[in-house]
Amino acid sequence: MSALVEVTDLVKTFGSGEAETRVLQGLNLTLETGQLAALLGPSGSGKSTLLTILGTLMQPTSGAHHMLGVDLTTASDPERTQFRNLHIGFVFQFHNLLPDFTALENVMFPTAIREGRETDAAKARGADLLTRMGLADRITFPTAHLSGGQKQRVAVARALMNKPELVLADEPTGNLDRVSAMQVMDLIAQINKDEGTTFLISTHDEKIAALCHRQIAVADGKVTG
Amino acid sequence: MLYALKIAARYLTASKAQTALLIFGVAIGVFIFIFMSALIGGLAELILSRTAGDMAHISIQAEAVDPILLLPGKPLLVQQKSSKTANNLPTAMAFVPLIEALPGVTAVSPQITGAGVLTRGSQVTQVSINGLEAGKESAITRLDSYITQGTARLGAGGALIGQRLADDMDLLLGQSVRLRSSGGIEVVLTVTGIYQMGQGGFDRRTAYVSIGTARTLFAMPQGVTRIEIKLADLYAADTIAPQIKAMTGLNAVSWTVDGAQLLEALAAQAQTGYFLKGFALLTIIIGVASALLLSTYRRRPEIGIMRAMGASQGFVVLVFVMQGGLVGLMGGLFGAGIGYLALLPFPGRDNFQSGVLPIDINQGSYGLAILLTLIGAILASIWPARAAARVDPVEAIGQ
Repeated sequence: MSALVEVTDLVKTFGSGEAETRVLQGLNLTLETGQLAALLGPSGSGKSTLLTILGTLMQPTSGAHHMLGVDLTTASDPERTQFRNLHIGFVFQFHNLLPDFTALENVMFPTAIREGRETDAAKARGADLLTRMGLADRITFPTAHLSGGQKQRVAVARALMNKPELVLADEPTGNLDRVSAMQVMDLIAQINKDEGTTFLISTHDEKIAALCHRQIAVADGKVTG
Repeated sequence: MLYALKIAARYLTASKAQTALLIFGVAIGVFIFIFMSALIGGLAELILSRTAGDMAHISIQAEAVDPILLLPGKPLLVQQKSSKTANNLPTAMAFVPLIEALPGVTAVSPQITGAGVLTRGSQVTQVSINGLEAGKESAITRLDSYITQGTARLGAGGALIGQRLADDMDLLLGQSVRLRSSGGIEVVLTVTGIYQMGQGGFDRRTAYVSIGTARTLFAMPQGVTRIEIKLADLYAADTIAPQIKAMTGLNAVSWTVDGAQLLEALAAQAQTGYFLKGFALLTIIIGVASALLLSTYRRRPEIGIMRAMGASQGFVVLVFVMQGGLVGLMGGLFGAGIGYLALLPFPGRDNFQSGVLPIDINQGSYGLAILLTLIGAILASIWPARAAARVDPVEAIGQ
């Protein structure tokens, strides 16, 4: 395995002066290609902040962040936006789908914004992904008509649409019942196995973490194990 | 671009009632714009048709001759100006075909004018005599439209007089009257037509005769005293008058030289129209901007998701600018449609009636209204769109 993501001495502070909060305190982490990793830690440990920085949605205060050999700490906002679109997928705790669009339109979104239109190839891949998620009969449904578990599976399909090297999932099962949670995790594990996509999953759930190949513990803004 | 358009359209159709209300508001602004355009344009038409419509747009008259110094060196003794020689244009008739051929010229009327006295029995009235060519009686002043009795056609020995002059002198159609010019030559004429322009000066003091009769009255076997010219566009007079002057050497004068007050009034009226239309546009811009600003606030989480999925700030701007453009286009088309329908019942520019608003449906500026609304709505959406593009995706998704 080769290093997909590498962060060194990552520091992130919010606020300034007496109100300054140091969320990440010199965090070091390497993710290998094809890993299915769980990020464990109590609330406020810095898990979400780390995912946000790894997803290029936020810049660290200091430290180095490389992915696929690209130095993302010095990249401009448009460069990071393009990088994010091509190489990173997101799954949030709350599905965060676009409510006025169908399941297929949501899945195609990352490709459509890059291509400037919904191509036939994108429609075919989107439909294929939704079928693999067990949603073949929900492709043209408005997302408002889907259950919580179905919405989250649509969100997983959307994260995979552009065949990203890395998918970041922030408590992807945190809002689901046990059966739906296990369905989503089974899908993630299957995709990781079939396509070699790297997953970093933030979770409080030990059972979910146990399904992953690697468990990364974070406490007080540092990787502790 | 196409995909941004799709998202913009979806956002608009997702909130149908809100979008319909917004488009209706824009349409009302467009309707006001169109109504004001038609009203201001119609008013200008009415004023022009009641004033400049019956006057020459360019007049050619002999230039005033400076008094001759009888004792050189000191201007103590001068010769009195002769109105007879000063008014004569002896060679002007030769230029009439050339002037008629100029682009923009619709009518050319050579005339012999002067003062005279109309006598019937013991009644005597001073009049202005206007000798017109046969067939060109209505070329400048639309005499045929003002005729109440008889005909506007002028034959030898015929005269057209105003209704008030006929009333003052108890003259009826077909009766004879004596007309004596300022030079003392007298002819007997038959009243072949009575007109009513609604202007006391003309109706009481002007007699129209044929140009042949006028030659006899003023002992002018050749030449004319004045040539009146009408143009398709009266505002072209300032351009065409110098052309005629350069081509003929004659003193061609635009109506604007003596019509400065009318021009000023029309300009002031037009300015009022611009202000009113500007306010209508401003209302549209503020309405669209505030509605889109609310929309961007409501859709902050979705904007955050788009940004997280890799949508650039430019893409987000495009989505909201296109929303503004669609609202402007639909509101513009809808407003122009209801504007046109609302103006249909009003009589056209050729049928303005007293007591009815002089609205000219052809001057609704429909295309301009739609274009300006579209541009205005796009401009109005830029601020909310830029605000949307600056949304922090982390913060927005966390809401």
